[in-house]
Amino acid sequence: MPDSPLLEVSALGKRFGGFVALEAIDLAVHTGERLGLIGPNGSGKSTLVNCMCGTLRHEMGSVRFAGHTLNGLSAHERTRLGLARSFQLPRPFNTLTLAENVRVPLLYAGRHDTARAIDTHCIELLDMVGLADKSKRLPRDLTQIEMRKLELARAMAATPRLLIADEAMAGLSPGEVDDILALLIRLNEQGVTVILIEHIMRAVMHFSQRLVVLVAGHKIADGDPAVVVRDPDVVRAYLGE
Amino acid sequence: MEMSLELLGNAVVSGLLLGGFYAAVTIGVSISFGMLDIVNIAHPAFIILGSYIAYIANTSFGMDPILASVIALPAFYLLGMAVYQVYYLAFERRGDEALRGLAFFFGLLFITEVTLVLVFGVDYRLVDAPYIGPSIHIGAIELPLRLLVPCLVALAMVGGLQLFMARTFLGRAILAVAQDQLALRLMAANPTRIKRVAFGLSIATASLAGAVLIVIQPVEPSIGRDYIGRVFAICVLGGMGSFAGTLVAAMALGIVENLTATFYGPSWAPAVAFGFLLITLAVRPAGIFGR
Amino acid sequence: MNGTKFVLLLLIVAAATYGAAWAIGNAYVFFAGYIVLQYIALATAWNILGGYTGYVNFGTAAFFALGAYSTVVLHKLTNLPLPLMMPIGGIVSGLVGLGTGYLTLRLRGAFFSIATLALAVVVQTLITNWDFVGGSRGAYIVRPMKAPLLGIDYIQYLFLVMLGLVVIVLATARAIERSRLGYGFATIRDDEVAAEASGVPTLRLKLLATTLSGAFMGMAGAPLPYYVTYLDPASGFSLAYAVNGVAMPLVGGTSSWLGPVIGAILLGTLQQVATVTISSALNLLIVGLMLVAFVIVAPNGILGLFGAGAKRARA
Repeated sequence: MPDSPLLEVSALGKRFGGFVALEAIDLAVHTGERLGLIGPNGSGKSTLVNCMCGTLRHEMGSVRFAGHTLNGLSAHERTRLGLARSFQLPRPFNTLTLAENVRVPLLYAGRHDTARAIDTHCIELLDMVGLADKSKRLPRDLTQIEMRKLELARAMAATPRLLIADEAMAGLSPGEVDDILALLIRLNEQGVTVILIEHIMRAVMHFSQRLVVLVAGHKIADGDPAVVVRDPDVVRAYLGE
Repeated sequence: MEMSLELLGNAVVSGLLLGGFYAAVTIGVSISFGMLDIVNIAHPAFIILGSYIAYIANTSFGMDPILASVIALPAFYLLGMAVYQVYYLAFERRGDEALRGLAFFFGLLFITEVTLVLVFGVDYRLVDAPYIGPSIHIGAIELPLRLLVPCLVALAMVGGLQLFMARTFLGRAILAVAQDQLALRLMAANPTRIKRVAFGLSIATASLAGAVLIVIQPVEPSIGRDYIGRVFAICVLGGMGSFAGTLVAAMALGIVENLTATFYGPSWAPAVAFGFLLITLAVRPAGIFGR
Repeated sequence: MNGTKFVLLLLIVAAATYGAAWAIGNAYVFFAGYIVLQYIALATAWNILGGYTGYVNFGTAAFFALGAYSTVVLHKLTNLPLPLMMPIGGIVSGLVGLGTGYLTLRLRGAFFSIATLALAVVVQTLITNWDFVGGSRGAYIVRPMKAPLLGIDYIQYLFLVMLGLVVIVLATARAIERSRLGYGFATIRDDEVAAEASGVPTLRLKLLATTLSGAFMGMAGAPLPYYVTYLDPASGFSLAYAVNGVAMPLVGGTSSWLGPVIGAILLGTLQQVATVTISSALNLLIVGLMLVAFVIVAPNGILGLFGAGAKRARA
């Protein structure tokens, strides 16, 4: 493993008016790592993702990615650097077909030149999430679960170095969960660092090499998954007695 | 031009009074845009409508214009509720507020102006009332009643609304909608009904603001457009839904505008409002997420 | 159909249009036709920003009039031929668009729209107070009898020039639709936050759209002084431009280049015909009512009524 982390979050803090959403978050993710991020609803997981990816501005702390300081960079610049994310609540482009939805990141953040290569890659990506047969449909024709898969496909289309999957598996059947898990592991084997944010503990435990726990805006645990899940604070705050 | 202290003092005082009036004009937008997030750019059109109704009452029945506007309040309230119902069904429910919802209000603004031109023509109209003309003199400062009475009426209206919002159940429900619509829904209250009432209130204020406008200055149909920049600049500068903020921002604009008019000529007034608007937009926090 | 073929098709249609007008032989056809063509250019220009990216410009009159008044200034100072004045008018309006955008496009779309409304008032005030272009009294522009080089009647020349602009604007609009840029614009309209996360440089694209849209509006306004021969702020900033700029694309359909064309031809012709029989204010009222009606009942415009809808067909 290289010396410096691929993603380095230092003392990150975010407030909404008087409400402290995140406080003093330190996080380091190394290249090739599979990181799991868990915590109760409202603990700040999505806020953290938004801050790291530039969708929200954070007042305190800094984020470094692949040697670049991200502070001040807009979201699209961060995506182009190789930091991609899927949204917890799917945000599809409603007037574009599925193929076109996936095409946009390829055009703007991918590393392709010819139109043919892009076309092929669009179908490949949709195929990876099982939506290839619906490539010409509009998002409004999709079920909630299919929209989540589209979200993931779109994030992958940005050919990221680090992919943050924000509750991509919510509502999926066990078989579908396994499919997405296999997909993410395959991605990881191809060199993509993955941060998995999930509530499905089975998937988290199977996937993560390291586990981070966020509660009420604070990081309360960070380490080996087997150790973290036995941590009394974690059990009390999230996993239950 | 000589900058005599007297001239300056009078310009500031008139500006303050004007500011009070601007608060009355803006308060409706503070409710619709500041609290309900409805970009009602047609608000000035409703104000001008109020002016013309006051004008008719005054010239045809000899009624005091401000009294006429108070009588017209319920009609404006109902009109507001009707407009919101259309807006909700056609745009808010479909999620199309940003393009077609805006275009809808623009259409209303436009239709109102053109209809007034058709009915009344482009000539300036004014009203007659005992307080248009005389002034109170305090030392070297002149307080024209033409400005003072509207300002007092405006302050009364803003104060009344503030009390309504803070003390009544309905008022507090409106504030709740402004803060968190989702929470309200989860508490089984119907935000749509509350928004309809609030929007009705917002348009009702236009009735009074319109009467006050035609007391201060003669009115013709295109004047509404001059007020769009002012109204939104004041609303944003005043902190969106805050009535106190609206009052302060309105007076600030009134003073700066009046000083500019006194020393550089009245035709630059729209530029001042536009400058205010740009400054307030530039100073707002950046980002597509936040308000 | 690829881009080159489309331009060829446009040129053929343009030539046919000119030929038909010439064959009818009545000067009125050129006068009325110029107005319709002008509206096609204006509506398409508006749609590049409004329909494609979803940012609504209510200050069409300002951008249009700036083009017209640039011509007045150039006419007084130089001897430039009209085809050179037009790009300059375009640059002036384009820069104003860029400036307005730069100040407001980081915020939500409503603020941009409000700023354009306020801008229209301010620009009109500035022009009205500017004596060099005649101020409120207006300026007289002498329309030459014959066109330079071509020797045809000047009104036919104006018609031809506007035809040329329409070809350029339509070709540009269609080219954008089918390009990487067009996808970027569409994502801004659909979900700007998701667009940013997908790598789309939203601010840059919005500024590009605003500048391009403003520039085309300025170019559409540039020949106006020669058409009317007397230009004052009341006519230059006429409410007609304000409402038509918005109504024509929304009535025709905003999802493709064809919508504004349909809207402009329909509403433009209606108004040209109606002006003879009813007052201009009533004329405008009807346009305003149609705008509100369509926006409520037929959000995708006439294109939408025929099934073209919100999904754009791509080759």
